[in-house]
Amino acid sequence: MIAGAMFYVFALVLIASAVAVVSVRQPVNAVLFLILCFFNAAGLFLLLGAEFLAFILLIVYVGAVAVLFLFVVMMLDVQGDAPRPPLKRFLPMSLGVGAVLLVQVVVMAVFWPQAQAVISVATDIENTKALGRVLYTDFIYPFQVSGLVLLTAMIGAIALTQRGSRGTKRQNVQAQLDRRAEDVVSLHHVESGKGIL
Amino acid sequence: MTSILFALPEITVALAAMALLLIGAFRGDKAGGLVTSAAVVSLLAAAALVALGRESGVALYGMFAVDDYRRFVKVMLLIAAAGSLVLAPVFFGGQKSGLKPEYPVLVMLATLGMMLMISAHDWIALYVALELQNLGLYVLTAFQREEKRSSEAGLKYFMLSAFSSAIMLFGLSLLYGFAGGTGFDVMAHTLAQGQAMPIGLVVGLVFVMAGFALKVSAAPFHMWTPDVYEGAPLPVTAFLAAAPKIAALALLAVVLGVPLIAAASVWQPVLMALAVASMALGSFAGLLQKNIKRLMAYSAIANVGTMLVGLAALDPVAGGMSVEGLQGVLIYLAVYFVATLGVFGVVAGLRQGEALVESVDDLAGLSQAHPWLSLVLAAMLFSLAGVPPLAGFFGKYFVLLAAVKAGLWPLALIGVLASVVAAGYYLRIVKIMYFDKGSGSVLTSPRSYAHNCGLALATLFVVLFVLWPSPVIEGAHQAVERLLVP
Repeated sequence: MIAGAMFYVFALVLIASAVAVVSVRQPVNAVLFLILCFFNAAGLFLLLGAEFLAFILLIVYVGAVAVLFLFVVMMLDVQGDAPRPPLKRFLPMSLGVGAVLLVQVVVMAVFWPQAQAVISVATDIENTKALGRVLYTDFIYPFQVSGLVLLTAMIGAIALTQRGSRGTKRQNVQAQLDRRAEDVVSLHHVESGKGIL
Repeated sequence: MTSILFALPEITVALAAMALLLIGAFRGDKAGGLVTSAAVVSLLAAAALVALGRESGVALYGMFAVDDYRRFVKVMLLIAAAGSLVLAPVFFGGQKSGLKPEYPVLVMLATLGMMLMISAHDWIALYVALELQNLGLYVLTAFQREEKRSSEAGLKYFMLSAFSSAIMLFGLSLLYGFAGGTGFDVMAHTLAQGQAMPIGLVVGLVFVMAGFALKVSAAPFHMWTPDVYEGAPLPVTAFLAAAPKIAALALLAVVLGVPLIAAASVWQPVLMALAVASMALGSFAGLLQKNIKRLMAYSAIANVGTMLVGLAALDPVAGGMSVEGLQGVLIYLAVYFVATLGVFGVVAGLRQGEALVESVDDLAGLSQAHPWLSLVLAAMLFSLAGVPPLAGFFGKYFVLLAAVKAGLWPLALIGVLASVVAAGYYLRIVKIMYFDKGSGSVLTSPRSYAHNCGLALATLFVVLFVLWPSPVIEGAHQAVERLLVP
């Protein structure tokens, strides 16, 4: 009963905030609505008993991806008051995508009983625990190699973008000590009434 | 037996890469030369560790396999990686940015990915290892970020390779759906039940092969090769031409020959089509190239096509992958990577004023100015062309002989014809070096001691292979027999 009510609350807020993401004028507000979307989707996952997916959604999408979007939006200097492109231009495309999604949902609904017979669901163990049991035992090898993949990506990102300290004015003590008066000071005899140049 | 010690060479390379990364981080860009030398030493040490291994088996929960075949390929791979790293100082020394310590570290990590690819015994292990290799290669290709061409090549390679990885992953998911497990053993067992092959399995298999074809740059998935070879910094081009080809072809042979052997009726025609297209395109399109790096790209396409002929050969009696075919591929890989590295090794040491030598016509008159270097380059090119006393001939000989024995004589015939056409562009370079009048403006950059040693060893290997071929030929035979004959 309560679970059913909560499903409708999460689902309605999810749909409403998804509509808001594409309809509000300020990009920053759109990203904030996107975060609301993620929270509600996470709530739906929790209701389904998929608590690991719910946490991953919050940690990865809200904690990292949405924050990245916010940074991009704030840095790009996009204004919300630009004229909106006509709806007509996007309508055929969006109707097409919507139709494909609808067909997929119908196909899944029709074949779901068959698929459920194949998928075995262990109900006696939470899925975080189940993942934890195999992630560091049976799958330790791909897990470690994934770590190396991320290390490579990190080194690569730094090697390709780091510009060094060319723009900063750091004090170089040795250069200051090496500076000699005869190299940098020159004496000019300036005639009166004329400049140096 | 799940001993983690099976992965000792891989662990060594991983730890050495991280230690060198720390040295680079604390010592700054000045440490580039030191880190590069240390990286070469650790790669060669890992090769020695691999060569000393005797035991065979599967470790790390059935995901990591070690046997004679894997050892043979890994030794080749590590020597190729070390050899391409030796070319780095002379090239980056002439650049504004100098040799950064990240460069050898990334080469080591990409090489580690290739070692793990070779040892893969599970689809998940295969995929993560492939991604480790790819990420390293993308960054290396774009490494000269002040050069527009390098960034462009990096972006192109990234887009196409990521796309092919996605296709391959989709194919792997279909194979998993068929077998119900990700291990190679599960796949082989399920296929051996002898049921009719569902369409999903065929689609998945073709997708996986398309992914592999792009990695080894087989036509019609070769489009990235000339642009990436041309744009990447020269030592990276040398690395790209040698190491990933060894890893990807060796892995393709394992995947097709062991878990998917019962589906040979599906993959053999695909391999034959890829082989014919690559040999034809690589040989003819190479004739039009003026740039040395682009020419080597088409040479790679043609050579990979010839090697695919060896993989397509099936044993007419036992029905499995032909032992002689795969043996020929290993010999071919060995002589091919040495000759390719040799060509890049000579070119890396040449410059015209401040600029690098890139055009074939810049080599005119090289034989008068630098007779020894010309001799080395000529030996490498004759070997690539497959002229008999040199090593390259034996690669082609064993592969095409296996194809004839397996009844694929049309493919062998195309292979011979393609080699004759391709010989045209190799010999053209020799003709330009020895018979064309040059302006004499080609200079040599100061090469390191290791660079000269590498060139000398490569030349000795190519020239003297005919006198003492047994280590490679016998080693390849033993390695392949252990893999294919249970």
